[in-house]
Amino acid sequence: MTAPTTETLLSRAAAERMYELMLTTKLADDQAREETKAGRLQAAFYPVRGLEAVCAALGEVLRADDQLVSTYRNLGDALAKGVSLRAIMAELYGRLDGVSKGKGGSMHLHDTTVGFMTTTGIVGSGLPITLGLGLGAQLDGSDRVVVVTFGDGATSIGAAHEALNLAVLWQLPILFLCQNNQWGEHTPIAEYAGSTDLRARAEAYGMAAHRVDGFDLFATLDCLRDAVASVRAGGGPVFVEAMTYRLTGHTGTADFSYVPADELAAAMARDPAPVFRAWLVESGALSEGEANAVAHRAESAVADAFAFAQASPLPGPDELWTDVFATDLINWEER
Amino acid sequence: MSALAEPKTEEMTSAVAMNSALDCAMTADPKVILLGEDIADPIGGVFKVTKGLSTKYGTHRVRATPISEQAIVGTAIGLSLAGYRPVAEIMFFDFVTVAMDQIVNHATKLRYMSGGATPAPITVRTTVGGSRFGAQHAQSLEAWFMHTPGIKVVMPSNPVDAKGLLTSCIFDDDPCLFIEHLNLAYSSKAEVPVEDLRIPLGKANVLATGSDVTLITYGPTVPLVRAAAETLAAQGISAEVIDLRTLMPLDLDTVFDSVTKTRRAVVVHEATQFMGPGAEIGAQIHEQLFGELLGPVLRVGARFTPVPFSRGLSNAPSAERILGAAHALLASPRVNRSAGRTAG
Repeated sequence: MTAPTTETLLSRAAAERMYELMLTTKLADDQAREETKAGRLQAAFYPVRGLEAVCAALGEVLRADDQLVSTYRNLGDALAKGVSLRAIMAELYGRLDGVSKGKGGSMHLHDTTVGFMTTTGIVGSGLPITLGLGLGAQLDGSDRVVVVTFGDGATSIGAAHEALNLAVLWQLPILFLCQNNQWGEHTPIAEYAGSTDLRARAEAYGMAAHRVDGFDLFATLDCLRDAVASVRAGGGPVFVEAMTYRLTGHTGTADFSYVPADELAAAMARDPAPVFRAWLVESGALSEGEANAVAHRAESAVADAFAFAQASPLPGPDELWTDVFATDLINWEER
Repeated sequence: MSALAEPKTEEMTSAVAMNSALDCAMTADPKVILLGEDIADPIGGVFKVTKGLSTKYGTHRVRATPISEQAIVGTAIGLSLAGYRPVAEIMFFDFVTVAMDQIVNHATKLRYMSGGATPAPITVRTTVGGSRFGAQHAQSLEAWFMHTPGIKVVMPSNPVDAKGLLTSCIFDDDPCLFIEHLNLAYSSKAEVPVEDLRIPLGKANVLATGSDVTLITYGPTVPLVRAAAETLAAQGISAEVIDLRTLMPLDLDTVFDSVTKTRRAVVVHEATQFMGPGAEIGAQIHEQLFGELLGPVLRVGARFTPVPFSRGLSNAPSAERILGAAHALLASPRVNRSAGRTAG
């Protein structure tokens, strides 16, 4: 990890915040995968392991009124934007206290009260939706920034290219944040992309585009802070390709023995949350005891959220027919 | 007598009536934003439905887009999440398939998947019919959307309905698909109120009352069915004609009331008959009114082919087929399958 620049020199509060977020994300992710393997979660969980530093940096540079559109691999994004861990976990279990009353599932988190606008289960389809949020901000005369996160795999989807073009054309206030984890499901990037320089693709559309080491919290923080400032100042869309590595399988239960062992080992050696903790202690930013206190808070929050989720009731049968239309018109099948 | 003055009207085609609807909606609500290919002036849309509106309201509200259907609908969805009331124009119904992910996976499901928190009340306007350009510019796909919970599907048959239903779609809190038939858009004219006009979604229009058979239709086949009803009347057969106007919500109450009276029904549409809207409407009538019926519900829709290009070919329902179905139904209390299939 690079030494922090003057820009990124952290307040102690910010350091604690980011470490707590990264560790909470890691621990919740670990437990969600365990629950999936044990068969206690209803559906596959899409781990975010490896993205923790990118998510923490993003959360740090966004304002409360900025808006985020995320993907099915969304746990870190959601926590970074301030969505309740309890409500996220309850949604994973399909429970009534979930963010969507259990009707969305892990791929469909949202909490508009914190600007976490929507998440998509269709790869790449969040980018066009972000156009409208960006246009809304522009028409409102607001300086809020709209961010869309997506994996490297999404850049093969036509919708992504339509969105990059239109965002540049209309100079929309959008940060396109590619969380490049090097894998499109079970296929490595070099086997699905003719050019693996995703930053260059975005640049070809005429927008500012940057590539940053997404395991390096300080470098990512600097990059995202600059990008968000540029977008907020009316400089048009910016694309950031954060280079990470997926530290797990595609899903919570997927075999990933196909991942080259040396690549995975190298990535695991840079596992963001433990590496950041080591830096905090070694640099003297936090004492061992202070770091332990943060870790304890994260562990408690995760244990609490899972207990809350598991105790939450399933939605009742009446919920089936609500929210189909604005007014619950009719049960059409029973006509 | 009411002291209220009659609303001011002007003679309009459906295309002009839709322009008037957009104009009134944009005046009423600054959150109404139009998006689509070529929709800004000077061209004002390839079908001229948005002509003059960018000049009047500015290109920040009437936004010509690239040829990017996914981006157009995605932008509309995002705008709706930001509190706007976007109206997206997709030039031809066939091109809606390019944006199918955004419409069917996102717009229609966001309300449900978020437990009611993030609805996407967009309006998608599109055109259909005419077949002047062949099979990729003419197909009637309304059944696909009726089959998808969460989106309203509207198809007007005349200028007044075009204005009133489009306005209702724009201000409705659900995603709406508004389908304009090109044969209707420019041909007939009617006196249309100049001011804001809203016709409730989900209410069918009984165009003619009758006692022998109910003819149920919508959109481009409405004039055809009305003509058929007049022919039947001349033959001493009293036909009730229902223009559904809205396919979702489907006004089954009006249909059931009518068929309870006539005890015979024919469903007519330009969409493919096999697996078309008439299949569901027919099934609903059979399930609800089986004991009342004097014969099976018959359907007259397009043949199961792509829309042909040549004038020498047509797969669309004809007046002869509509009359044939009505006659077959009236001739026998039990129309056999082949009679129904070949009627007319």
